[in-house]
Amino acid sequence: MQPRTKKEPLSDRRKFILTMARGIGISAIGGFVWSAYVDELKASSCILRPPAALAEKDFLRTCIKCGLCVEACPFDTLILAKAGDNRPLGTPYFIPRNTPCYMCEDIPCVPICPTGALDKASVTFEDKLNINLADMGVAVVDAKNCIAFWGIQCDACYRACPLLGSAIKIEYTKNERTGKHAFMKPIVDSDICTGCGLCEKACVTEKASITILPREIALGKVGDYYIKGWDKADEKRLEKATSQTTTTDISKKSAIDSLNANMENFYE
Amino acid sequence: MNNVLKHYRFMLLRRLTQLSLLFLYFGANAWGWHFLQGNLSTSLVLEKIPLSDPYAVLQMFVAGSLLATNILVGAFIILVIYFIVGGRVFCSWVCPINMVTDFSAFVRNKLQINRIEEKQPSSRNIRYWVLILSLVLSFFLGVSAFEFVSPISMVHRGIVFGLGFGWAGAVIIFLFDLFVLKNGWCGHICPLGGFYSLLGRFSLIRVRHSEEKCTLCMKCKTVCPEHQVLYMVGKESIQVLSGECTNCGRCVEVCEDDALNFSIRDYLNNTQSKEEK
Repeated sequence: MQPRTKKEPLSDRRKFILTMARGIGISAIGGFVWSAYVDELKASSCILRPPAALAEKDFLRTCIKCGLCVEACPFDTLILAKAGDNRPLGTPYFIPRNTPCYMCEDIPCVPICPTGALDKASVTFEDKLNINLADMGVAVVDAKNCIAFWGIQCDACYRACPLLGSAIKIEYTKNERTGKHAFMKPIVDSDICTGCGLCEKACVTEKASITILPREIALGKVGDYYIKGWDKADEKRLEKATSQTTTTDISKKSAIDSLNANMENFYE
Repeated sequence: MNNVLKHYRFMLLRRLTQLSLLFLYFGANAWGWHFLQGNLSTSLVLEKIPLSDPYAVLQMFVAGSLLATNILVGAFIILVIYFIVGGRVFCSWVCPINMVTDFSAFVRNKLQINRIEEKQPSSRNIRYWVLILSLVLSFFLGVSAFEFVSPISMVHRGIVFGLGFGWAGAVIIFLFDLFVLKNGWCGHICPLGGFYSLLGRFSLIRVRHSEEKCTLCMKCKTVCPEHQVLYMVGKESIQVLSGECTNCGRCVEVCEDDALNFSIRDYLNNTQSKEEK
């Protein structure tokens, strides 16, 4: 058996490499845990931002979480997300059923933003601030639980709307059940609705039947395949249209063949 | 009484600044004051002067955000201030977590937890790794990574805007410092402290040690939360040049022999002694 010799001290080079490797390894552990947590928080996209906020992704990277917009809000509408709210920590948002945005004409929350996460230009028209340009979200009516759709006369949301008559219109249709009354249904025009939430606050049902949702969640997108041929403005979209042809097995044959024999197994 | 005041003069001043800043921020949100609005990430002084956390701005830059002039100016002002008064003056004079960790260190000392394990196993360089990691993550996640988890902002924002579960952040740090690692958060992990340590390497106001007056009582090393920066005590008369010194002034106030004092950095012959490493 060889006699046990005292281990030689580590060389400086080895020490350096080992320290670095250790640092990188521990950073990797921390990095994965940390990024998993941040990523989860980022994913909670169903959140209503102050007026003139950038698109959520840009908003999250630009907002410095200072709370100046929250302090500027005279109605205490805006809240700064705190631990336990399950929203990106420290970012401003509002819950319209509790306190909606009262659409101040001077929009105090926007010009005070130091980072541009609330983008003044997006609510400016001809050098003047115009809160009607805001798009915090869009009102969505639950037609099953809205009592106006039952035939009961209620126009609480319509009356509460700051853009009364344009963001929410009342549609009259005949009530076939009684034969002599009218439905007065609230219909939201998503082009005009700012998402202020005064309608949601005013709604008389136990849980609001008209609610504000972020636009990217509530609204669809037509794409280039469908154009309103009767609308000159809409036809303009054709200029930027892209075309893409999808080829499947069935489109290799002439359309008439699809009615003919030997097509039974086509979908298998 | 006079003796107590003398022994805790900087500590009392620090608590006074920490609490009055908190009070001003709180008043801005609660009662609409305009002295100091916002929070430690970005503030507005007298509705005019912007102040921004340079580390937060750096993360935003790495995350790919377009930086507005306001926060660039704000970050610059803060950099200049801490360049003058000492980088980590933020840590010991402004940061609300400092009160938590100081309290934790006090309890740890009283319970003699330090005596279970005299050698602390962890490297104080972790904070620089965390600093780098936060920038790497900011780049890949596209958001300011540390700002999303920072217990400092969580607690400070919590006090100004409503706490929620923010108190948990303070409790975690308190328990960590008490039972896991002495001066664990501020002295080992916090990347904001790491950031200001880097700035402190060049800053103007530094503690100076006079070896000829020192009687080797070592009270300074006992109270110092970053005792490694006082390596020269009793050995040579030089300034504390390490950026990790927070300029908290604890060593100055406990010294009975006037061997430690604040001074202006001598940029001309501030050769670091070899013994530091």
